[in-house]
Order: sequence, then C-alpha cells, then structure tokens
Amino acid sequence: MSAQRRDELATELGWREMARWTWRQLTSMRTALSLLLLLAIVAIPGSLLPQRGVNARAVEAYLTDHPKAGPLLDRLGMFSVYTSPWFSGVYLLLMVSLVGCIIPRALVYARALRARPPRAPRNLLRFPASTEIVTASPPDEVIAATRSALGHARIDVVERDGALELSAEKGYLREAGNLVFHISIVVVLIGVAATVLFGYRGAAIVAEGDRFSNVLTQYDEFGSGSLFDRDSLPPFSLKLDDFAATYQPDGPQRGAPLSFKATGTYSDGVDGPDRPFTIRVNHPLKVAGTSVFLVGQGYAPVIKVTDPDGEVVFDEPVPFLPADPSYTSNGVVKVPEAKPEQLGFQGFFLPTFVMGGDGATRSAFPAPLSPILGLFVWHGDLGLDDGRPQSVYVLDKRKMTQYMDADDPKKGFRVSLQPGESQRLPDGHVVEFVGLKQFARFQIASTPGVQVPLIGIVLGLIGLIGSLSVKPRRTWVRVRRDGSRTVVHVAVLDRVPRVDLPADLERFVQRMQEPLDEGEVSS
Amino acid sequence: MTLEQLGRLSNYSVVSATIVLAFAFVAYAAQWGLARHVAPARPVTVPEGGGATVPESGSTDTGPEADRSDTAGGIGFSLTVLAELLLVIGVVTRGLAAERVPWGNMYEFSCIAIMGALAVYLLLVRLWDIDWIGALVTVFAMIVLGASMLFVYVPPGPLVPALDSYWLVIHVVCAILAGAAFLVGAAASVLYLLKARAEQNTPEDQRVGFLWRIPSSAVIDQVAYRVHAFAFPIWTFAALIAGPIWAQAAWGRYWGWDAKEVWAFITWVGYAAYLHARATAGWRGKAAAILALLAFSTFLFNYIGVNLFVGGLHSYAK
Repeated sequence: MSAQRRDELATELGWREMARWTWRQLTSMRTALSLLLLLAIVAIPGSLLPQRGVNARAVEAYLTDHPKAGPLLDRLGMFSVYTSPWFSGVYLLLMVSLVGCIIPRALVYARALRARPPRAPRNLLRFPASTEIVTASPPDEVIAATRSALGHARIDVVERDGALELSAEKGYLREAGNLVFHISIVVVLIGVAATVLFGYRGAAIVAEGDRFSNVLTQYDEFGSGSLFDRDSLPPFSLKLDDFAATYQPDGPQRGAPLSFKATGTYSDGVDGPDRPFTIRVNHPLKVAGTSVFLVGQGYAPVIKVTDPDGEVVFDEPVPFLPADPSYTSNGVVKVPEAKPEQLGFQGFFLPTFVMGGDGATRSAFPAPLSPILGLFVWHGDLGLDDGRPQSVYVLDKRKMTQYMDADDPKKGFRVSLQPGESQRLPDGHVVEFVGLKQFARFQIASTPGVQVPLIGIVLGLIGLIGSLSVKPRRTWVRVRRDGSRTVVHVAVLDRVPRVDLPADLERFVQRMQEPLDEGEVSS
Repeated sequence: MTLEQLGRLSNYSVVSATIVLAFAFVAYAAQWGLARHVAPARPVTVPEGGGATVPESGSTDTGPEADRSDTAGGIGFSLTVLAELLLVIGVVTRGLAAERVPWGNMYEFSCIAIMGALAVYLLLVRLWDIDWIGALVTVFAMIVLGASMLFVYVPPGPLVPALDSYWLVIHVVCAILAGAAFLVGAAASVLYLLKARAEQNTPEDQRVGFLWRIPSSAVIDQVAYRVHAFAFPIWTFAALIAGPIWAQAAWGRYWGWDAKEVWAFITWVGYAAYLHARATAGWRGKAAAILALLAFSTFLFNYIGVNLFVGGLHSYAK
C-alpha cells in the first residue's frame, strides 16, 4: 500500500470518525440539555422587542423611534425572531438531537420488550435495598405470595443450585411514555409547520353597513404560508349590519367593556344564500373552511366633503383607530377627488369629549355620549399615483401643505365637528360629520390540519405523565428450603435512583409475608 | 350583603391574611433561630410515609431549645392555616362581589394563586412533613399579597369580553396549580442547595442548627423532584394545550408568540431542562436545582414583568 493510499484511508477514517463523533455529541443528553437552554434564551428577545408577525405597526414605530439601534437590530432578525435563521437553527438542531435520541432508544426498547427479566445476581444481600426473611411456608408458597405481591409484572422463575429464583421486571410503560412524549414533540413541530405553510391569516376592518368579500384586496393585513396559493382564497362574503358594544356605565370600573357583538349576514360561495351571523369574542363564525374572529372595534365617523360647486367628492365612513381604552381614536381621510388640489385630513375622534384640566381634550368614556371629530387639513398631492403602496392610516405629507389658522398662522386650521355639523375650509370645500358608525376588526384565518399538533400534544402529555409516574423496577427473590424453614432473600433495584427505596422494599415484603407463616425479618 | 360590602369584606380578609402571613413568617424564622445551637437528631421522615425513620446522627432531640423551636414551627403552621382560611374568605367574597370567577385581573390572580400555593404547601406539610420550607413560602406569599394590594389593586368589576369563556376556568386554574407546585419546588431547591453545601463543607462535630434538623439533601432533592414532576404535566396542559385551544377560539391563532406565550414556553423549556438535568451525569444535584430556580424565575417574570412592563394580549393587569 502506497503512502498516499494510506493517507487517503486515514482521511476517510478520520471523516467517518469525525461524523460519528459529531453525531454522538449531537445526540448526547448534555447537548440536548444545552440546546434546550439555548432555545429558551433565544426566545427571549422576541418577547421584549416588537415582532413583525405579531404587530407590524409597532415595529415601524420602533424603527422610527430608534434610528440608530433599529436597523442594526433589524439586520440581526430581532423583529422576526421566530423565523430568524438563528432561532430556526437552534430548534432544528434540537429536532435532530431529538430524533437521534429517539431512534436508538426505540430500538433498545423494542428489544427490551421481548427480553426476559435479567437473572438474579449471586448475592442478593449485596444490594442496597435488600433483606432476608425466614418463614415456615414451603418455597412454592413463597413464590406464589411474591407473585401476588408483585402484581402486574414480567416474572421468570427458575430452579438453580437447589433454590428457586424469581426475577421480575415492571414499569415498561415508563420508557414507552418517554418515547411517546418525545415522538409527539416531533409530531407537534411537523404539525405546526404544516399549519403555518398551508394556512393564512388576515385582518380586515368592516364598518356597519359595509360588505367584506374574501379577496386579497379587501384585507388590511394579510399573511400566508409559502405553500398557500393566494389566488385560492375560498369565496365568501359578509355584510356587517350592526355592531353592539356595552360598557360598565358606573362604579369604579366605569367604562370597562362588557360585551361586543357583531351581527349581519354572510354567504358561502360566490352567490350562496344570505344567512344571518352573530360573531362575539371567543365565538367565531366558521365559513368555507375559515374562521372569522372579532378581534377589535372602533368608530368610523361618516364624513362628507362637498366642493365649492356643491358636488360631493367624498362620502363614506372612515375608521379611526382607537389608541386607549376610552377610544381616543386617530385617523386619516384622503380625498383624491378634490379639485384643483387633493385634500388630506388628519385628526382624532373622541366618543365622549371632555376638556382636561390642562386644556387638552380627551375621551372620558368609550361609548359615544358626546362625540367630537377634530381634523387638521392639508392640500396638495396625496402621492397615491406614484405606484408605491400606502397605508390608509398614514398621510403622506411630503407634497402637501397644511392650511393654517387665519388669526394665528402658527396654528393649523382646525375642523371641529359634532355629528350633523359642517364647516367650510379656506378653499371653499365643506366638510360635514354626517353621522357615526362603528367598525369591527375581523381576523380571518385558516389553519388546516390544526388537529395534528393538538392530537400530538395530547398524546405527548399522556406519555409525559407515564414517564414521570411509572417506576421501573427489578425485583429478585431467591428461596431456599433449609430444614423446616424457608430462607428468602429479596432485592429490589430501580433504574431511577430513589432515596425511599428501602421503605418501598419494606412495604413490599410486608405484602409478600401476609399469606405466609410467621417468621422473623432481618435486614 | 350588598356587592360593595362583599367587596370590602374581601379586602379586609386579604389584608388580614397578609398580616397573619407576616406573623407566620416570624414564627417560622424563630423555628430556625431557636434551633441554632441544637445538635441534630430530629428523625428524618422519608416522603410517601412508610414510617422509615432514620436518625441522622446519634445525639438526642430533647432540650428546651429544641422544644421551643418545635413550638415556633407549630405556631407557624397554625398561622399559615389561619392565613389560608382568611384568604379563602377573601377570594370567595371577591367572586361574589364581582359576580364571576375571582381571577379576572392581576390582583385577583395574585390572591387565588397564593391561596393555591398555601394549600399545596399545607397539604405537603401533612403528607411529607416539609415545614422546613415554611419561612420561604410564607415570606413569598406575604410579599406577593402585599405588593398586589399596593400596586395592582382594582375594585371588583366585570370581566373583559375576551375572558368570558369557560377556558378561563380550565386554563387559569391549571396555571395556578402548576405555579403553586413550582413555588414549593423552588423553595425545596433553595433548601437543597443550602443543605448540600453544608453537608459538603461542615465537619461532623460542627453540625448544629436547624439545617441539621431537616432531612438530608437527597431527601430534599426527591421532594423537589416529585413536586416538579407533578407540576410539569399540569403546566404542559395549561400552557401548551388549554392556552392554544382558547387562543384559537378567541384570537384566531393557537400560538402567536405573544409575550405571555413566549415566557410560558421559556418556563416550560426551563423545567424540561431541569427534568433532563436530573438524568444527566454532571448536572444532577446542584446544577439541576439551579435550573429549577431559573425556571421558577422565568415563571415569576411572566407573572410580574410581562403583566406590568411588556404588555401584549394577555395584559389583564388593570
């Protein structure tokens, strides 16, 4: 064999050794433990920083507030921790380690299931938990008593050197539970991955009187798994007729929400018959394989804008997003039809207007007891035509100019309206607060195969309980007839070391001795 | 009785329970202090009964100091029972005053969680004679109740609509039960660390004081393990089964990495690590006990930190 060949062989062996070593390291308990701890640590930032998948608007706000740290954190994936490469890396390694642990253990267990209990060692009294008893009963009666004291166990009895030897093993279910638990974690993770890949989730704001159709353009927010076909949203539509909210009217918890209820009609399919629905929190509507949840609500003042010629250029409910529990709400109105320049409004809506001690206005109660709409006005180009997508809740003021107050040019021109009131703008347009509607924020979600992780985790729990409560135990008994008496040696051994094993042995021997004739016990 | 009167009765009961717990803590502290010169001999009872009592060393267990220590311990136990009764009254009247289950916000959760923790502690004192964690349990309970009244108290009122579901009973009761056992487990782990260190460092002839009147570190470790092994499946059910099922019905997703969910998961991983550590060479004993304490601190952070400082969908603090 040439030197070169030998080197090649050595490298090959080295690689194989290396791979085996890596595999053994990866599947060792110590590594699994470290990976578990690492998983806990890498999950932390996602709970402290806003996450795109949870609240995209909060991420944008964070990036605006932290111009230096924000982009750096973003590059590290800190705003989408649970889909970041490093988080995925840790849990994939944990999965590999888990599978690498399960397979050999399952094979060992399969062999153990067919195996007989191990034969009794020579000297039973050497075991830490062992004892000797003496009885007048004959050996076969002792064996019978031992069997009944053991209960359900795998038992072998052999005769060796003139003595009867009993070997028993019980608690096989512990390892079975252990394996079921760990396999079920894999099932859960696969199930979760499937529901994410094939599912979708979106949110839509629907004002009273409006209709929602399940097409992509009607969503405010939409996210779907990479294996979900966005063109195959199941067709259905719903019309919100009424949104009812009740609040605690008095007492120390005044204003606390009591109930929210959205009612209307829906139709399954492209032109199915209209059926009534009621959606409440915790009680979604199930339609066309998806569920429609009520996750939020707020006010949508109906705003009408008339141009100086008396032509209506805008007339619809505009959702104002609530910012606090009293529904102090913020919103934006875009009027692209206004001529010669487009108009944009930004302002607030207060359902129950009060003047605070500091002169600031705020809402004192969530129900519309004395609603007021306050708007500032911009004119110019709304920037809707440059092809970039725009949020309906943000006014792009880069090409717009604010109308200022005629008396105090430092202050913005302000529109302040109660329902039914109207006000003329400097350019002759008239803004009217026609009336007040409420809106519901629906979450529409499809999680196909959600039963897989559920069944997985339930099985896992059953396995877990088994693996934590079943005691795997080996019991050996050697029975020897010595003249008119029978000498019995008993030893018990647990796979999991326990301090109370001697007490357990004592109880076991008591049970065993009950049917036997008197004899003294000595340890 | 009117709802206001019931609410006031509830507040008085919780205040009284807190004060009684303070006295219980003093009694348990006296149980330690009075025994500081007492040589060991208190019989070590192995958990799960069986009557296997093994004296830890030869000296006797009599003498006025040992007696006084035992009396203080007995008073501590009685006062803890009294505090628990007062707390039960407080929680029940709170529920009557609010006309719903009494765990709809952080204040109420604190009251019923401490009620659960004391119940588990008292039960285990009867079963396994673990009054050596009494000082830790009572001081913890007193701080939590006192702080809840000072910082997160809200008058009785209706439930927010999101909580109006029968899962509120299942999910929260399981979380409380698991949390109660985690507290007992954490207290036992602290005692385990103290005792194991003392066993290593203290020469035979200097072994005096209360630490030598409690069971050996191996027994304490087993108590801690049993309590954790009981709590872990319940926590699994509360956080990873009942929680997701409810979240699916209420929010349209079973798992959304809400801050509370993240920390519940971290706690779960922490206790899973503890259970694995007990079966891993080199991690058994001290490292495992430290892991249990770390896991308990993540549970506490979820209860205090996430409720008050992080926020998210589970913010029912106020």
